[in-house]
Amino acid sequence: MVEKSVAPALELRAIDKRFGTVHANRSLSFAVAPGSIHGLIGENGAGKSTLMNIVYGFHRADSGEIYVHGRRVDLGSPQDAIRAGIGMVHQHFMLVENFTVLENVVLGVEGGALLAGGLARARRELEKLACDYALAVPLDTVVSELPVGLQQRVEILKALYRGAQILILDEPTAVLTPQEADALFNMLRRLRDEGKSVILVTHKLREIMAITDRVTVMRQGVIVGEVVTATTSPRELAEKMVGRAVLLRVEKKLAQPGATLLAVRDLEVRDRLGVARVKGVSFDLRAGEIVGVAGVSGNGQSELLEALAGIRLPTRGSITLQHHDLVREHLGPRERRALGLAHVPEDRLRMGVVTNFSAEDNAILGYHDRAECTRGGWLDRAAIRKACEGKMAAHDVRPPLPSLRIAAFSGGNQQKLVLAREIDVDPRVLLVGQPTRGVDIGAIEFIHKKLVALRDAGKALLIVSVELDEILGLADRILVMNAGEIVGELLRADATEEKMGLLMAGVKSEGPA
Amino acid sequence: METYTLIVLTLAATIRVATPLLLAAIAGMFSERSGVVDLGLEGKMLGAAFAAAAVSAATGSAWAGLGAGIAAAVLLALLLAFATVSQRGNQVVAAMAINIMVAGLGPTLALAWFNLGGQTPQLDGPGQRFTSLVWPWASTAAEHPFPGLLYAQLLSGHNLIVYAAAALVPASAWVLFRTRFGLRLRAVGENPHAVDTAGISVTGLRYQAILISGVLCGVAGTYLSTAASAGFTRDMTAGKGYLALAALIFGKWKPYPTLFACLLFAFTDALASRLQGVALPLVGVIPVQAILALPYVLTVLLLAGFVGKATAPAAIGVPYAKEK
Repeated sequence: MVEKSVAPALELRAIDKRFGTVHANRSLSFAVAPGSIHGLIGENGAGKSTLMNIVYGFHRADSGEIYVHGRRVDLGSPQDAIRAGIGMVHQHFMLVENFTVLENVVLGVEGGALLAGGLARARRELEKLACDYALAVPLDTVVSELPVGLQQRVEILKALYRGAQILILDEPTAVLTPQEADALFNMLRRLRDEGKSVILVTHKLREIMAITDRVTVMRQGVIVGEVVTATTSPRELAEKMVGRAVLLRVEKKLAQPGATLLAVRDLEVRDRLGVARVKGVSFDLRAGEIVGVAGVSGNGQSELLEALAGIRLPTRGSITLQHHDLVREHLGPRERRALGLAHVPEDRLRMGVVTNFSAEDNAILGYHDRAECTRGGWLDRAAIRKACEGKMAAHDVRPPLPSLRIAAFSGGNQQKLVLAREIDVDPRVLLVGQPTRGVDIGAIEFIHKKLVALRDAGKALLIVSVELDEILGLADRILVMNAGEIVGELLRADATEEKMGLLMAGVKSEGPA
Repeated sequence: METYTLIVLTLAATIRVATPLLLAAIAGMFSERSGVVDLGLEGKMLGAAFAAAAVSAATGSAWAGLGAGIAAAVLLALLLAFATVSQRGNQVVAAMAINIMVAGLGPTLALAWFNLGGQTPQLDGPGQRFTSLVWPWASTAAEHPFPGLLYAQLLSGHNLIVYAAAALVPASAWVLFRTRFGLRLRAVGENPHAVDTAGISVTGLRYQAILISGVLCGVAGTYLSTAASAGFTRDMTAGKGYLALAALIFGKWKPYPTLFACLLFAFTDALASRLQGVALPLVGVIPVQAILALPYVLTVLLLAGFVGKATAPAAIGVPYAKEK
């Protein structure tokens, strides 16, 4: 087994792709060795997904060639890619939610016009696969009833059942706890040892370092580097991704918490179907501290945040701010803002901005009736524009064009503008949901610095994030949520990734922290 | 005895009224399961009713009429598929356009071709209509109220399309839940992205589903003009397409519950015609208008009460585009 003499499992030569005026991939070439895990890293919009969609036959490259095990292939559709032995696990699972695992796996490879025979055959084969790769999944369970970790396993089984030799995973750990991610990585290592090739597409440096053999770095549609993982460092990779030196972790002094500004007691929130999403949560938020709420997505953090912001009505409990019980007095988002509670929502595109509005209009959303925006009951356009220009300058929003539609800005610049809007009114308490979701590394650095500066100015910040690194980097105190409850409270100094991972998975900590 | 006979006759009428509803509802089931809202049931049925009556009148053959009815509905379905699947147009708008177009086109063509005030000629020649099939010994059996009358009225005495519609229910259930096509059809209505990544053509599947809907609407329309009545008249579908859609939703997009919903709607309709002018105990004679409104009032009540629990195919109404 001399590695040099073996043809690469997958080789791309000079792949080029444009979408209108956007040059998504510029003459990209790289090769993946058989029996290896290859990382593909880059910021949002670097062209990773486009490249992988070309490999999976979703898009056709404008020019360039693709070779699989030394043979040139023409990948015009996913069917071609499947035939060539390429499997893909998408970031958003491609599963039919109300089908069973078995039905999902056979979809597209039923093996005959009638289902019964194909299903029986698939069952036998899947039981064998599950055995070989330690990939056990209950075959007759409806997919929507499975936890996300198992749903992802179904996606991997789907690819293997189709005979994939090359497995592409797009941001596979976005929805997993650290422990689930570790389990996934073990599984991938086993696949590699069986001779399969794995391509891991991610923006998380930690994962690249943990599991890949080689890593290709993309920036703005070009490959800016390819290195053996063992010879590089996260710092070097981050610099390559961004094109300049970046701080991976914000420098900050020890917190000096002051008076309690927001007190939450026994808060319960139910969803539309009456299911309790937040189950009797209590905590204090003090001036001059950042409290991070960690947890796997969907464990009640969103509902908690919305209840605090006044978007959702709690069914029980109290939220005290400035001697007002926000729940009992039925204070809505507007009254809460007036009391000094600002909110940067989790889902920027759905709740943070109106995508069809200009930047300047977005910069006053919710504050449009304040004196500085109006004159005699009418919007004062000149003042609004001027205010927006000021915010853009102060928060390095690029391009600094108030009249441009917000959708034309990058995620990072949108988020900076939303943050500018919420802190411009000098709130006492700031709630931030997913501060840097869909935000590039450069802007992450800026936003993190800003949040720490707010803390140092004596504000109380509550940050909800599914990114563990972000919580560990920012928070002074950490609340871990699982199934709607706070299962652990840790001071930053006591928090380790492992401890938090166990808490996120629902293993309660012993004794009060 | 009198009451018993009335009940049996009402049930027999229910079956006849339910037939076009059921055909259209199952037609809608196929396209809606594939993710395409089928508001065009009404237009496809009406177009088929006209084509079937016109061709039957011209050729003297009900079977030629059936062929023409199916062809017309399939053409309309193709138009709908092109607009909504290929061109990703709004499904509601496209379907309503077809409904409105057909409502005007039928009578206009009828006027131009037959000059009978927007109707087709009466189909009274031999073989121009689908007539009732009388089963062996039916007339003898009818003399014995039980079970003879049931045999004569409920099993015997319907035309071929009624029996075909009855057979359609188990057949469509089998296709939907036991075949590869059914699995893919259900998948494409829930998550077309999953179907696409599995290497199956979303467009191809949706075209097939819409074409099946066209064929079944063709049969339903043919039934209206060449079996239930003798010729085409203006707006003869009278909202049956929408009622079928309501039955489909009430039946949660499943064959047997949909059959039940169609029978229920048809029963209120049959009951309404029986109740006209009849003095009931306590209430007396109910105004005709109130009776005629009964099926629709029931529909509104049922849908208001039950539709909340019905979950539509997740991807329904959304044109499929690869980019998210």
